[in-house]
Amino acid sequence: MNFDMGTYGAYIWPAYGVSALALIGATVWTVLAWRRAKTRLARLEKRI
Amino acid sequence: MSPFATLLLRDIKLAARSGGSAALALSFFALVATLMPLGIGADLRLLARVAGGVLWVGAVLSALLSLDRLFQGDYEDGSLDLIALSPLPLELTALAKIAAHWLSTGLPLTLLSPLLALLFNLPAAATGVLFVSLLIGTPAVSAIGAIGASLTLSLKRGGLILPLIILPLLAPAVIFGAGAVSAALDGLGAKDALGLLAAFAFAAVLLSPFAAAASVRLNLGS
Amino acid sequence: MQFLFRYANPHNFMRLSGAVLPFTAIATALCIGTALYLGFTAPPDYQQGRTVLILFIHVPAATMAMTVYGAIAILSLLSLVWRHPLSDTAARAAAPFGALFTTLGLITGSLWGKPMWGTYWVWDARLTSFLLLLFLYLGYMALWNAIEDESRAARAAAILALVGAVNIPIIKFSVNWWNTLHQGESIVSGALAPVFLAPLLIMMLGYLLLFLTLWMIRIRTAILERRARNLMQGGAA
Repeated sequence: MNFDMGTYGAYIWPAYGVSALALIGATVWTVLAWRRAKTRLARLEKRI
Repeated sequence: MSPFATLLLRDIKLAARSGGSAALALSFFALVATLMPLGIGADLRLLARVAGGVLWVGAVLSALLSLDRLFQGDYEDGSLDLIALSPLPLELTALAKIAAHWLSTGLPLTLLSPLLALLFNLPAAATGVLFVSLLIGTPAVSAIGAIGASLTLSLKRGGLILPLIILPLLAPAVIFGAGAVSAALDGLGAKDALGLLAAFAFAAVLLSPFAAAASVRLNLGS
Repeated sequence: MQFLFRYANPHNFMRLSGAVLPFTAIATALCIGTALYLGFTAPPDYQQGRTVLILFIHVPAATMAMTVYGAIAILSLLSLVWRHPLSDTAARAAAPFGALFTTLGLITGSLWGKPMWGTYWVWDARLTSFLLLLFLYLGYMALWNAIEDESRAARAAAILALVGAVNIPIIKFSVNWWNTLHQGESIVSGALAPVFLAPLLIMMLGYLLLFLTLWMIRIRTAILERRARNLMQGGAA
């Protein structure tokens, strides 16, 4: 795998970094919200 | 007098009475036109180049000021329910309100623009194009603004969302309107830009009443 | 229509999405992984050098930004005309992802542009239209949040989405008319050597699968939240 970006590294890595951060962050946020909703519903249903 | 004309005149009178929406919009427009050169600098050549864009954006923002009250006043005191029940179709009601807004805001702004163009050292021919572009384009601002106003009429702080909703939709008007002035400045014909602007305004005025009426209905119903 | 409506009820959606999710999740990982490998093992483009690597994440983000808005527009139409039950939930759930893709498209586009054109921002047709698209997303989400009554918010947002959808071609036309500096359509069509086409297309697929996966999870979450709300209103005494 060729990781030598020459002078363009300053643009390529931030681009990939931001994208990775954003997409991973979106995934984490989505899954966490799902877990939260699931727990909450389970708790409520147990009460009934 | 037809119901349409009645509604139109009533709204114009209301606008004139309640703190004079024209006066407010005109003052705001003049202030923007004054502040901009303070920010940009007194280079007359530069000011002439930016005049079209600055004055167009200024006019759009000034027209925005009174938009959130377009339906809200009638909504709050129940008149909107009565108006909706009247034999006049809601779409025509919306059109009447759009026309009233333009006559009490857009048109005065257009009439003031040549004076403000002086502040920017805009040559006479370009000023003429600016005037015509605003004359053609401000109805589109009122029309598209009415869509935003009807969508947000139930919100107490709706005035904050309204600009966010309609300003992107008004980008073509700013582009064509200011573009016409630039073309005139460069000695090229402004006809293309003005033609596109006219098409945009025509479509906006024709179609907006439908969207506005649908929005009013959803806010009155359910 | 009938077929669609059968899956439109929350119960069936939960079942269907639950079954499909593991596959879309795995497919997402495979596509993105493969695309990254192919991209980083390819030689530099003779015109763009290594910056072609940015294209691999710019084009998918930009494409998704527009695709998601199209999906929201269609769902809004379904909601207003046919009163399709889940479409409001689905449309609302899609919006944040659309805004995210648009932002990524702007950032990666800007980072791609600096080595290519010399500045971080140019008012060219594509980037400018994207900036406006971002505002359309923000307005849509703001309207959903501002109106308290959920069914009213749903219909208002649907109207706004449709008005936006009608305007988007007009906005694109006017911005194009106003400026032409962008490289034009050649970014995806023809001017790209085959060795780059593969990672690009696979990455686009990967982004699409990622969106579908996260979208389904978000809709499922909304369904559970609604059930919880109903329980609280019914049970609370």
